[in-house]
Amino acid sequence: MTTPHGGTPETPATGGGFDAHRPPSPELLSDCVHCGFCLPACPTYTLTGEEMNSPRGRIYQMQLINEGEAPLSSAAVGHFDNCLGCMACVTACPSGVQYDRLIESVRPQIERNWARSRSDRAFRGLIFRLFPYPRRLRVAAVFGALYQRLGIRRALSRTGLLRRLPARLRALEALMPDVPLRSALRRTPERTPAVRTGLGEAAETETGAPPQSAAATAGQDPAGPAPEPPAARRTVGMVTGCVQQVFFAQVNEATVRVLTAEGCDVIAPVAQGCCGALSEHAGREEEAVVRARRLIDTFEPLGVDVIVVNVAGCGSALKEYGRLLADDPEYRERAEAFAAKVRDVSELLAELTPLAPRHPVPARLAHHEACHLVHAQGVREQPRTVLRSVPELDVVDIPEADMCCGSAGVYNLIQPGPAEELGRRKADNVRATAPDAVVTANPGCLLQISRHLDKQLPVLHPVQVVDASIRGVRPW
Amino acid sequence: MIDTVLRREFEAALGTESVLSDPLQLRTYECDGLTGFREVPALVVLPRSTEEVAAAVSLCAKAGLPFVARGAGTGLSGGAVPVAQGVVISLARMRQVLDFDPEDRRMVLQPGVTNAEISRIAAPHGLYYAPDPSSQVVCTIGGNVAENSGGAHCVKYGFTVHHVTALRVVLPDGSVTELGADAPESPGPDLRGLFIGSEGTLGIATEITVRLLRTPESVRTLVADFPTVEAAGEAVSGIMASGIVPAAVEMLDSLAIEACEAAVHAGYSLDATAALVVELDGMEHECDEQFEKVVALCHEKGTTNVRIATTSDERALIWKGRKAAFAAVGRISPDYFVQDGVVPRTRLSEALSRIAAMSGAEGLRVANVFHAGDGNLHPLVLFDEGAGESERAERLAAEIAEMCVELGGSLSGEHGIGLDKACSMPEMFGETDLAVMRQLRAAFDPDGLANPGKVLPTPRLCGEASGRYRPHPLEEAGVIERL
Repeated sequence: MTTPHGGTPETPATGGGFDAHRPPSPELLSDCVHCGFCLPACPTYTLTGEEMNSPRGRIYQMQLINEGEAPLSSAAVGHFDNCLGCMACVTACPSGVQYDRLIESVRPQIERNWARSRSDRAFRGLIFRLFPYPRRLRVAAVFGALYQRLGIRRALSRTGLLRRLPARLRALEALMPDVPLRSALRRTPERTPAVRTGLGEAAETETGAPPQSAAATAGQDPAGPAPEPPAARRTVGMVTGCVQQVFFAQVNEATVRVLTAEGCDVIAPVAQGCCGALSEHAGREEEAVVRARRLIDTFEPLGVDVIVVNVAGCGSALKEYGRLLADDPEYRERAEAFAAKVRDVSELLAELTPLAPRHPVPARLAHHEACHLVHAQGVREQPRTVLRSVPELDVVDIPEADMCCGSAGVYNLIQPGPAEELGRRKADNVRATAPDAVVTANPGCLLQISRHLDKQLPVLHPVQVVDASIRGVRPW
Repeated sequence: MIDTVLRREFEAALGTESVLSDPLQLRTYECDGLTGFREVPALVVLPRSTEEVAAAVSLCAKAGLPFVARGAGTGLSGGAVPVAQGVVISLARMRQVLDFDPEDRRMVLQPGVTNAEISRIAAPHGLYYAPDPSSQVVCTIGGNVAENSGGAHCVKYGFTVHHVTALRVVLPDGSVTELGADAPESPGPDLRGLFIGSEGTLGIATEITVRLLRTPESVRTLVADFPTVEAAGEAVSGIMASGIVPAAVEMLDSLAIEACEAAVHAGYSLDATAALVVELDGMEHECDEQFEKVVALCHEKGTTNVRIATTSDERALIWKGRKAAFAAVGRISPDYFVQDGVVPRTRLSEALSRIAAMSGAEGLRVANVFHAGDGNLHPLVLFDEGAGESERAERLAAEIAEMCVELGGSLSGEHGIGLDKACSMPEMFGETDLAVMRQLRAAFDPDGLANPGKVLPTPRLCGEASGRYRPHPLEEAGVIERL
């Protein structure tokens, strides 16, 4: 019997499968009109062709579970876990469905209310005891470097032992970048002052007026007694990232050099911990909350104008601190104030009229847009604007640009199957543009793409290209 | 009823990863783009080839199971709603381009390829696929064949039936046959034409040959604002009467404009009561000359502002706004029905005033966005299910469709009859017409297993008293026989 708006007698109602702590909001769920425009944007639907592995299908399942028409089952958990959280569907949706908020409310529900298998728990435990801790990562990186340097990897792969590892461990092994020992042990200096040359003129050519910090305003006072050095254009607090600072120290160094060359004072607190992005995107809400509070505590006293981040995944979480801590009376407003200052490095650079002269970089770059930048933060044009400041640089878009590369935080470790398919697909699309190098604003994408390109092409953060252009050196 | 033995047979034929039977997974297939109708299927299968579709259909035929083919599930008439205890055959994994001959301007596709993908693949060769339903980024060519889909540009270029030259289909008994041919015309009855638009009731198309058109040398697009819907309607009539064949003439009223702007920021004027999107394409000199005429006509009919797209990006944005309209209405209303009906172009203004009156009488808002060039209306009835307005909305939507028939038009322009309008079919067709349709259907599907309950009204579906079988006059005359 077909019944409009009817339930079905086949599925027994078991009472809501979600608990009362921030279940997906019925209002947000009802925004979905089931039009299906999200389907072609979704990587897992593209791979499987399955309705339940599409955003529309996942919203449908959330609705059924919310209304108690279906329990939180292993099937449901599997389909939610399968979601990369790339948020391409949010960009594609004409009805303005906030799938990002929906899936982020479901993930902690799963962590609280679903008993994962012992091996799954153990593997996730390993990831979350390693990646958010730069010190442990450094140790791992040293072992990793030795492992590669001493030819253990080659020896192991000859024995065929690597192939016999469980898929997830194999993914972890394959992702390991070639990190020079030196790089793994480098740290970003706590304070780097702006390069002062040319700063005087910068104040006039500036487009948007900078939010002035107390220190900056004092320095600009024309009636000041001594000819003080010109004030920095911005006082910038820098989030150094966990994977970023260990595996991609050179990206942080480039960021500091470019920002200071553009007239910003850069403060990178040494004591800053993980921002909690990995935890939050995996539904480990409590961990994320603790880390968010700590990071706010670290940056608040610095009184910076802007908090800059060069990791798209971290940036998307930092900008959501207000929502994450909405229930915390002590931190709510502070979190909102913090989030309001967060900018991706490309956003800040696009705001600042270039001050430091750029040298030509005659090369063809394939630009891979990180999902957490373009879909989660809506930052699409700024990286292009910044790269356009480099003479003779040819930046090309990749076919299927909106499709995730499969990295998605720790997704490529937890779901190696689909992540590999997406990684190969992305690598093929990159090769189709015949570039000299690839740029992308997220270390996860960097690792994933270089792995699937078999490390045949240099893969860089856009800020490294700008840095090379300013210094007049070859970027790779 | 599907038992474990039968499920295993499906799994053996298609592979376990291609058969879904988990209750929650099945429920995600219980409706298509029209969520008002829902039915949980007993099984969903996801074949990858004609052979696998044939295997699945054969199993259904053997067990007497009804089956429903499904593309992307974007249909707006409930055409892909499952049948209770039946099988859904999802074609979403059949996404291969089987052959592409740019010189011959021909492409052979599996049914799950999206409409937009065809043009994307053809583009480097200066070719495109003309029918362009607004859901083209997601809707599939298989679904287009089932619904005989049109789109904004069908006023000049025609519907799916004009662009699909051949079909490989799996008939409801599991056998495979070819309909049509590479040549544009083949002798004998046009079974290909019959199949296109049959909404999955005659079988499943598994290989679809489409013809491609050369990308026009020049495309010119404008948006003209009008102070009244009537003035915009007159401009449409004026354009058509002038002998110009526009590539597209679309109209949006103020509610539709508001929704589109909220979703896409395409630059439509929020203060216009009606906006016309007019596109011309063809040879450059001809296009330019006619475009000037169109602009003059719009001014003559009292346009308040004409915006001419200066770049291809701007044109794309105008179309993105227009094509997102249905779903965008979700931003200004919790729920809505998309209606689809056709009126003679000369009666557009009359139809719109009557819709406005009906909307006022029911106390529900109606947004209008439609293919004005061929009188294909898409009134969107806005309502709030939570506020108990759904019954009134359903009634209003049905009244609008029936008004279209009364004005000498049609129940559906391109979204199909499906489940939604099957019961309205007697408004448009007499008993004899419907009997012929049933006969035709039975010739392909004597057991009624292919998408039963769709298109043709049934007593069970429509609450009619089930009468005695009445033979068709041709049957009585001995011209045809009942199968």
